[in-house]
Amino acid sequence: MPTLDRNLLHRFGILIVILLIGLGLSLTTDTFLSLSNLTNVARQVSINGILAIGVTFVLLTAGVDLSLGAVVALSGVTCATFAHPGEHNVMIPIFIGLATGAACGITNGVLVTKGGVAPFIVTLGMMTVARGLALIASGGRPVADMSPSLTNLAGDVLGIPIPLLCFAGVALIAWIFLSNFRLGRYIYAVGGNENAARAAGISVTKVKLFAYTTCGLLTGLAGVVLAARTTTGQPNAGIAYELDAIAAVVIGGTSLAGGIGTVTGTILGVVLIGEINNGLDLLSVSSYYQAVIKGVIIVGAVWLDRRQSRS
Amino acid sequence: MLRALELRKDFGELTVLHPISVDFCPGEVHALMGENGAGKSTLMKVLAGLYQPDYGHIQWRGEIVSFDSPHDALTAGIAMIHQELMPIPDLTVAENITLGIEPTGPLGIINRQTQRERAIELLRELEADLEPDRLMRTLTVAQTQVVEIAKALGRHADVILMDEPTAALSDHEIAALFRTINRLKSRGVAVVYTTHKMDEVFRLADRISILRDGRLITTAPAHELSPQKLISLMVGRELADIFPPRSVPGREPVLEVSGLTREPAYRDINLTLHRGEILALAGLMGAGRTEVASALYGLQPAISGLISVHGKNVVIDSPTTAIALGIGMVTEDRKGLGLIPALSVRENISLAALNRFARGPLVRHTEEANAARHQLQAFAIKASSPEQPIHQLSGGNQQKALLARCLLNEPEIIILDEPTRGIDIGAKAEIYAVIQKLAAQGKAILLISSELPEVLALAHRIVVLRQGNVAATLDASRSDQESLLNLAMPL
Repeated sequence: MPTLDRNLLHRFGILIVILLIGLGLSLTTDTFLSLSNLTNVARQVSINGILAIGVTFVLLTAGVDLSLGAVVALSGVTCATFAHPGEHNVMIPIFIGLATGAACGITNGVLVTKGGVAPFIVTLGMMTVARGLALIASGGRPVADMSPSLTNLAGDVLGIPIPLLCFAGVALIAWIFLSNFRLGRYIYAVGGNENAARAAGISVTKVKLFAYTTCGLLTGLAGVVLAARTTTGQPNAGIAYELDAIAAVVIGGTSLAGGIGTVTGTILGVVLIGEINNGLDLLSVSSYYQAVIKGVIIVGAVWLDRRQSRS
Repeated sequence: MLRALELRKDFGELTVLHPISVDFCPGEVHALMGENGAGKSTLMKVLAGLYQPDYGHIQWRGEIVSFDSPHDALTAGIAMIHQELMPIPDLTVAENITLGIEPTGPLGIINRQTQRERAIELLRELEADLEPDRLMRTLTVAQTQVVEIAKALGRHADVILMDEPTAALSDHEIAALFRTINRLKSRGVAVVYTTHKMDEVFRLADRISILRDGRLITTAPAHELSPQKLISLMVGRELADIFPPRSVPGREPVLEVSGLTREPAYRDINLTLHRGEILALAGLMGAGRTEVASALYGLQPAISGLISVHGKNVVIDSPTTAIALGIGMVTEDRKGLGLIPALSVRENISLAALNRFARGPLVRHTEEANAARHQLQAFAIKASSPEQPIHQLSGGNQQKALLARCLLNEPEIIILDEPTRGIDIGAKAEIYAVIQKLAAQGKAILLISSELPEVLALAHRIVVLRQGNVAATLDASRSDQESLLNLAMPL
């Protein structure tokens, strides 16, 4: 895929930053390079990773999805509600969680395409609606008492955290899809120039519906994984998750104007953000300062990138 | 008063303005004449500070100046009124007129009363009967133009550059504009304007400068020129040199259109396109040519009327349908409706025909790359590789790439909307050759072009549109530029 080559230099840049920060952290802390810390980072990164891959699809079409965090909470709650021990096969709650996310995604997509409402507004509405539904469905309390067969999904297989496997699987499928499927190419075309794509015979509505639905489905998956990890469906979970996800995608070189971006870029963006979060924890930086530092790094990274790509 | 000294402008590798020197005098109407792409608008935009010249200077009141922005030029007293007017639709007439020079009191609060008075005063000077509190979006094009002129006057502009001000106006609106221009003249303003309308020039202009292919051919007082002389100077080159010979069209109708209507753009359009035929849609800007083509390609379907392809009635509701029916189009709006700038040349070329290089939903990269490479060669597209982003190519090469995209679907009916706009003469000749070759292969071609020599030399038949109606259908071999212009001119 040539879009990969085009961004190679850029990717190289982030990779160097990731390695430099990693080097710095392994010198200043004893714990960074420990196995337990790295698996912990992997676990933490996975949920943001799944969300970031999903929202990459939407951002590529020049849209945006602000409802990620709220939909994570809603999917977690619906999943947990059907996950009480001995009630259903483990596939049922998983399916319910995924379906919840996909339904939110389809709704976003329909409102954006058929309704002609700006993605920012549609998903802002979805953000509060989904949060409200999560509180209604759970009665405002965490849905606990989940069957171990589901919460085991947060565990390991052969020492590898299952959430990480989910993230890796999702990333691989998304990468293959965007670089080898017609629909993948159409996503770039629609984001690059919607009117030209329509004039070339592409159904812009279908492409966008697909992007929002995929994003919703993956958000549902993130909700299920989070519920499994925390062994509860938390109606207040996932607050501001969309911001970390979008930040990761943009750091990875995806243009908010659409049409430019790659899955590998997104993965690196996710890793960088995860590394920063972990590093600030390990260095016991107060969470107040963490917020400031993270914000500065995100804007700085994107600013550097744009400056570089302009020259 | 205003003088261009050896001004040159390049767009990438293409020189659109060869060093041009010309001067403009107070109280004089100076017309810039030339075919599309001759460099008239570019020259104006350089003078108005929209473009920076790559060479040469602007002399203003005896001093060499350089305008970094339209604002600089405006401050100096040079205003430009664009072909596409740029008002702020949700502000009032008065607010638009005083935009940027709002009368303010202490604390920077706008003094509404003075603002209105100033607007009324300027409008009265132009004898314009316009309510200053009306919203801009409720005005007609002609009224908007008056507001733009008032805006220029309000800034004490001594030079007003007008790019095709009459293109979208009705006859009595044109008469009003002419009165305005004469009034500006008597105030000592230098008016520079462009038009495609011959009669106008001789009614209005004091001096005429003729441009061709970015070069100034001559500047002469209007009374020393005749329309014939003017056209021959504008067209200049021997057409036979770049236009390949026509092949004989078939008799079998491929596309038939009857009663096609979409008010207010066009109504009751009837035309038949035969196998191997090149049918031109001629007409002035705003005559409805692009709109008719958009309907046939499904970009903006007609409200009523019948379209039949190969004798079968069809409904074309989207480009997807049109492509499935074997219709292809290269749009006039290369940036807006053609290119996907961030994608490579290969991806742009294969875009509309991607299903040809796919097994189910999967793209077969090798086949796609081979097809793209083949098209690059067949159309002599100059790109460093098929992977080069298309936005880096020159206009002519982009245009050839879009033609290549359209033809990859092997359409039987090809709509070409201004296929040679804004590209250099070499690329034009190549595109003419492709068009004739396609016709010889039996493709039916609907050609839209504002360049009359192009229409006359390429097409077999010409449908002339005038204000949304078919004014005439002519045999190209028995027509000339003047009769076409006469038919195209609003009644």
